[in-house]
Amino acid sequence: MKKSGAHILIECLQAEGVDTIFGYPGGQVLPIYDALYDADLRHILTRHEQGAAHAADGYARASGRPGVCLATSGPGATNLVTGIANAYMDSVPMVAITGQVPTSLLGRDSFQEADITGITLPITKHNYIVKDISELARTIREAFYIATTGRPGPVLIDIPKDVSAGQAYHEDPGPLYLPGYSPRLEPDTAQVARAVRAIEESERPVIYAGGGVISGLAHGELLRLAELLLAPVSTTLMGLGGFPGDHPLSVGMLGMHGSKYANYAICDCDLLIGVGVRFDDRVTGKLDEFAPGATVIHVDIDPAEIGKNVGVDIPVVGDVRTALQRILEKLQPRLATRWRDTILNWKKEYPIEFEANGRIKPQEVIREIYNVTGGNARITTEVGQHQMWAAQYYTYTRPRTFISSGGLGTMGFGLPAAIGVQVACPEETVIDIAGDGSIQMNIQEMQTAVNYKLPVKVAVMNNGYLGMVRQWQELFYNRRYSYTELQNPDFVKLAEAYGAAGIRVTKKSEVRPALEEALRIPGPVMIDFHIEREENVLPMVPPGEPINKMLG
Amino acid sequence: MRHTLAVMVENNPGVLARVAGLFSRRGYNIDSLAVGRTENPEVSRMTIVVEGDQRVLEQVTKQLHKLVDVIKISDVTTERYVDRELVMIKVSATPSQRGEIMQIADIFRARIVDLGAKSITLECTGNDGKINAFEESLRSYGIKELVRTGKIAMLRGIRYTGVQAQESE
Ligand SMILES: Cc1ncc(C[n+]2csc(CCOP(=O)(O)OP(=O)(O)O)c2C)c(N)n1
Ligand SMILES: [Mg+2]
Repeated sequence: MKKSGAHILIECLQAEGVDTIFGYPGGQVLPIYDALYDADLRHILTRHEQGAAHAADGYARASGRPGVCLATSGPGATNLVTGIANAYMDSVPMVAITGQVPTSLLGRDSFQEADITGITLPITKHNYIVKDISELARTIREAFYIATTGRPGPVLIDIPKDVSAGQAYHEDPGPLYLPGYSPRLEPDTAQVARAVRAIEESERPVIYAGGGVISGLAHGELLRLAELLLAPVSTTLMGLGGFPGDHPLSVGMLGMHGSKYANYAICDCDLLIGVGVRFDDRVTGKLDEFAPGATVIHVDIDPAEIGKNVGVDIPVVGDVRTALQRILEKLQPRLATRWRDTILNWKKEYPIEFEANGRIKPQEVIREIYNVTGGNARITTEVGQHQMWAAQYYTYTRPRTFISSGGLGTMGFGLPAAIGVQVACPEETVIDIAGDGSIQMNIQEMQTAVNYKLPVKVAVMNNGYLGMVRQWQELFYNRRYSYTELQNPDFVKLAEAYGAAGIRVTKKSEVRPALEEALRIPGPVMIDFHIEREENVLPMVPPGEPINKMLG
Repeated sequence: MRHTLAVMVENNPGVLARVAGLFSRRGYNIDSLAVGRTENPEVSRMTIVVEGDQRVLEQVTKQLHKLVDVIKISDVTTERYVDRELVMIKVSATPSQRGEIMQIADIFRARIVDLGAKSITLECTGNDGKINAFEESLRSYGIKELVRTGKIAMLRGIRYTGVQAQESE
């Protein structure tokens, strides 16, 4: 029997194991929405396409399965762009589906036509426009395969309306033929042997672990390696949770707002083992003084990351988990006991700290969130100071529990991402640690949470400022607070207007009770914490400085 | 240093934009780029001349490999190869100057492809050096128009960089 392109699309999504998609309708996706009307596929209607993209992203990060979002042509598609770029920068598996004007109208500046494959060329792992219905099933299979294998990333499929409305037999496309795509999984044995030797010879090893550990399911191997060597492990923002933050060998985050002891360890080590990382400038600081005395091993699935920013002595290209297993099979380490003791001393000597006073300190709020949830929540964040405090003061012990926009730094990510996380993990507590600026970038998604009874909690660190920018103005622009002070709406009333609960907290003593109450309320809650207004994120490496030259 | 890359790509729409976009966004300099079909109808070959040191070249190659449509990349500069480019040049020429110009054409084994009342159009193939010299020797007559195809290259001997050949043997 012939079926519409839209039906074929839905069958293909189901065949890929998709249970939920996040989307927003419009003219050029009418056939798809018509098919969704009685399809056995959950669709979550967000209030903005950017929300749909971030929700799909959050869903993917929390579950490890590809997130799917859907939007109409033109403005719907362009509204996805930030979300796609965000997923691209953080290597999140995602399939974005857009409607397009019918093929006969392509290229004529038709109503709501935007060249979305052209626009997303640099921010997708790959993209397609399906001009022939007979290509649809194969394209979808390829898209999911590419999005989820190798270094994951977003793939976009643009579907003109005549293709989704057209009729065809849904035939199995058979095995994929992608001569230009074959991610390397098994690392080179010679490089593994060199890595093993370097590790065995090292006296002061440090492991620098990133998001690749989490997406590559390598946290178990990472833990074994660290314990075998007694090597300190520092994670990037993306790597938080990839190594238990409460482990004695954990030295927390490194880089611009990393711990002093992590940055000192990097600067003093004789061997740096980078695992699933990309030597981002927020991590390395001044490049030529990053791990100056160290032999560098770089384990990553993407060969293009090797030597992109930092010279690498021993590249181990392959699936991170497989690569660590190969190394562990051969390794006869010596314990770096003295080095470990040095690190433990630094941890005592230079703790991450803040000065408490009578007012509500954001760091204390984050600690309370940790205490009240027993560290068992899934945390998402927006972008700014609150994001860094969420990274520093909540201890992440499991992968996929800290979900934050790392590479792109997208304000407005946290709430829609939390919605995606809650969909993926319906039984768990999901908290968006937000800023008063960021939350207003996608606040309309409160309505989505309310409509779908997704009990996400939004903890707004309300400082009345675009705090992170204000901090830079304070430190590097003579306190000229140019357009960073915010006049805010009443967040409690706003939450209530959406049908959620709102709690305002202006006293220190109210912090914990408010959090407890929020967790008791079965639906979504927004808590408006009036925090110390001009608190800074410390320590901090000023831009362009080496990472051991820290303020604070 | 200049490298000549033979890049085999799937014949998909948009592949040229993907490759060109990659070069501009990552700040790599393309000296020339020539695209055409090959012995395999599903595969096109791009010959890209790129300027840069070893590090740049390594990044270019790795980033190109990340494009799903790119099947194979060979740096022919590292081996023995033949390269050719085609140029067409239109010069001003009064009937009395035609003789001289035809002599120059002879020396470079160029051909006359069009003759007008006040102009003459020549075609010449060769490597970089030859084409440059040819252009130089015509300059004094007044070059009205000049177009070069960009370089194409092939390995010498039995070695090849093609895609289909590889599979069928
Ligand atoms: C979409 C977007 N626009 C601008 C920025 C630049 N930016 C980075 S942090 C920040 C301030 C965020 O303010 P807020 O959400 O209140 O967080 P705070 O730093 O005060 O905790 C801004 C404007 C950004 N990261 N994303
Ligand atoms: Mg703020």
